[in-house]
Amino acid sequence: MALPSYASPAQKIWHYSYLTICGAIFFFLIFPIIVIIPLSFNAQDFFTFTAEMMALDPAGFSLKHYVDFFTNPDWQHALRNSLTIAPMATLVSVSLGTLAAIGLSQSHVPFKRVIMAILISPMIVPLIISAAGMYFFFSTIGLQGTYWGVVLAHAILGIPFVIITVTATLVGFDRSLTRAAASMGAGPLRTFFKVQLPLILPGVISGALFAFITSFDEVVVVIFVGSAGQQTLPWQMFTGLREQISPTILAVATLMVALSIMLLATLEIMRRRNERLRGMTPV
Amino acid sequence: MTTTATDTPTPELTGGALKRQLARALRRQKMRALLLTAPLLAFIILGFLMPIGSMLMRSVENTVVEETMPRTVAALASWDINSTEIPSEEVFAALAADLQIAVENRTALIFARRMNYELAGFTTMVRRAQRAVRGWDLENDGPYREQFIELHRGWGELETWRAFKAYSSPVTAGYYLAAIDFTMVTGSIEPMPDNRSIHVMLFWRTAWMSGLICFMTLLLGYPIAFLLANVKERYANLLLILVLLPFWTSLLVRTSAWKILLQEQGVINQILVWVGIVADDNRLTMINNKFGVIVAMTHILLPFMILPLYSVMKTIPLTYVRAAKSLGANDWTAFWRVYFPQTVPGIGAGAILVFILAVGYYITPELVGGPSGMFISNRIAYQWNSAGNWGLVGALGSILLVAVLILYWVYDKIVGIDNVKLG
Repeated sequence: MALPSYASPAQKIWHYSYLTICGAIFFFLIFPIIVIIPLSFNAQDFFTFTAEMMALDPAGFSLKHYVDFFTNPDWQHALRNSLTIAPMATLVSVSLGTLAAIGLSQSHVPFKRVIMAILISPMIVPLIISAAGMYFFFSTIGLQGTYWGVVLAHAILGIPFVIITVTATLVGFDRSLTRAAASMGAGPLRTFFKVQLPLILPGVISGALFAFITSFDEVVVVIFVGSAGQQTLPWQMFTGLREQISPTILAVATLMVALSIMLLATLEIMRRRNERLRGMTPV
Repeated sequence: MTTTATDTPTPELTGGALKRQLARALRRQKMRALLLTAPLLAFIILGFLMPIGSMLMRSVENTVVEETMPRTVAALASWDINSTEIPSEEVFAALAADLQIAVENRTALIFARRMNYELAGFTTMVRRAQRAVRGWDLENDGPYREQFIELHRGWGELETWRAFKAYSSPVTAGYYLAAIDFTMVTGSIEPMPDNRSIHVMLFWRTAWMSGLICFMTLLLGYPIAFLLANVKERYANLLLILVLLPFWTSLLVRTSAWKILLQEQGVINQILVWVGIVADDNRLTMINNKFGVIVAMTHILLPFMILPLYSVMKTIPLTYVRAAKSLGANDWTAFWRVYFPQTVPGIGAGAILVFILAVGYYITPELVGGPSGMFISNRIAYQWNSAGNWGLVGALGSILLVAVLILYWVYDKIVGIDNVKLG
């Protein structure tokens, strides 16, 4: 991207204005996420920067919205629900999804395209349609408004992500390794857990992270399929935003941004490790 | 070992036998692949596809009228829907009999609510009638025609009976007609009155706003993807994090961020007032309208455009552009005639993905859209939540779903589902 030394003035102007445009777009991408972080420490119940905050006066800042989040029973209930639903949904979608991805990556799979299209469909179908459909179905089998109902619904939504990431990892998997294990007397289960799983683990973990965040962020389906007992963090935020918007939402949002930074960092570390193992050291 | 095997083939491995064994091995392999995918496939079909299918079936199902009012429906069969006279006493007697049973079974109001979707005021008519009907002695209290009309004059109007007959069949196109702003309440298919026509406008708005959002993400995503694909890898990885962070941040967090930024007392207005562009008493309204939805959704969907574009641009060597320039093309021609055509697959992939995701959006229009920024999904949620008109939910949902599935099919043709990449 460096400008050659023979560039004309017009090219130089264009080059720098292009970089400025890119900077502005990056600003657009990041600013809305960053701006809520300082606002969450506001000592007032406002959604703007107060005069004290602009002057960096310590009196303008406080942790009261965080205190509210950690002491308010509604928010704590929502947090507990989110933390019990998301891991279980992840477990279901990762175990079934990994199994299916291994099946799909065999060399001869009949109806592969159709199966793939079906398994990816929960990602494509508009959420409101999935939610309404699952509501009617789960009410008839008595799962509507129960913990397991929400877990299964979220597991379905997470599956496409697991399928996509795990099949992508399996493309680079050397099949002769499982044959080698089998030739040395390992059974299919032992081969899977001792040879194949450790090698495809990065794909499985990133699929799991996607499934987790899908469930952790999901609000439409949980509103339809769940009841007040399953009120999750995003649900609580959604009602909070729609009715009376309380500044505690800013504290929750900041914590969720921290969570996504952690997830992203995990993924990045895994990607680097993967590249190193494959002999492509990152520059 | 190999040589001995070829020199003296064991009898069972010759000719057809070998072929059979290979075929059996292949069959076993296929079976294993299918068995591994079977649990998940069954799970998705049972827990996802069938529920959606049965929900969509509600869009044509209309058994409630015939089930609660069997005698009336039968008696109405001989009445011509275009007749200018209200039905005869026979129909009213059947109505009295049906209503008496329906009141007993507590199904009268379910029927009333069904008819009320089509003809406002029907619930009141049934309510008035059911109170009186309970005390009637069916054999001796006739004739009923005048009594019904006395209870509510609606029973004496042609409109009521035409609607009753038109919506009495167990399978109806009525919900689909309602979904495209038509009604057959008068017995023939006619457009809805303007004040009730909302669905076509919403479908249209969802489509054009999604298209605009798609275009905006392309406009903003293209330069970023180009930059990512052509800077040193070290910088590219760093810059990519700036794209992936919003991608990984909760949708609700991003929507609430925009709500906070765009409010009248929000950060953007605060900055504009502080700079002096906008007067303090004349703050911009940027939320609860189309503008808010477009800005927020462009931001939310931008990574879905950048990532496919980036993965395509990474594979395009800049040498072609240099070759074009050395042959005398200026910067613009080299870009437009040489570089840009090679990025079209990435544009296609990103644009379809963004469009598919955008048309189904519910949360963001709900929170920052207000009435004028509402999408079709919000209307579906309203019909489900407040109106409880599940047949219409099915009809609107299936129209939306068909549109999305067509795009999904196109996406599969162009990109291939197994080529979808995340992050």
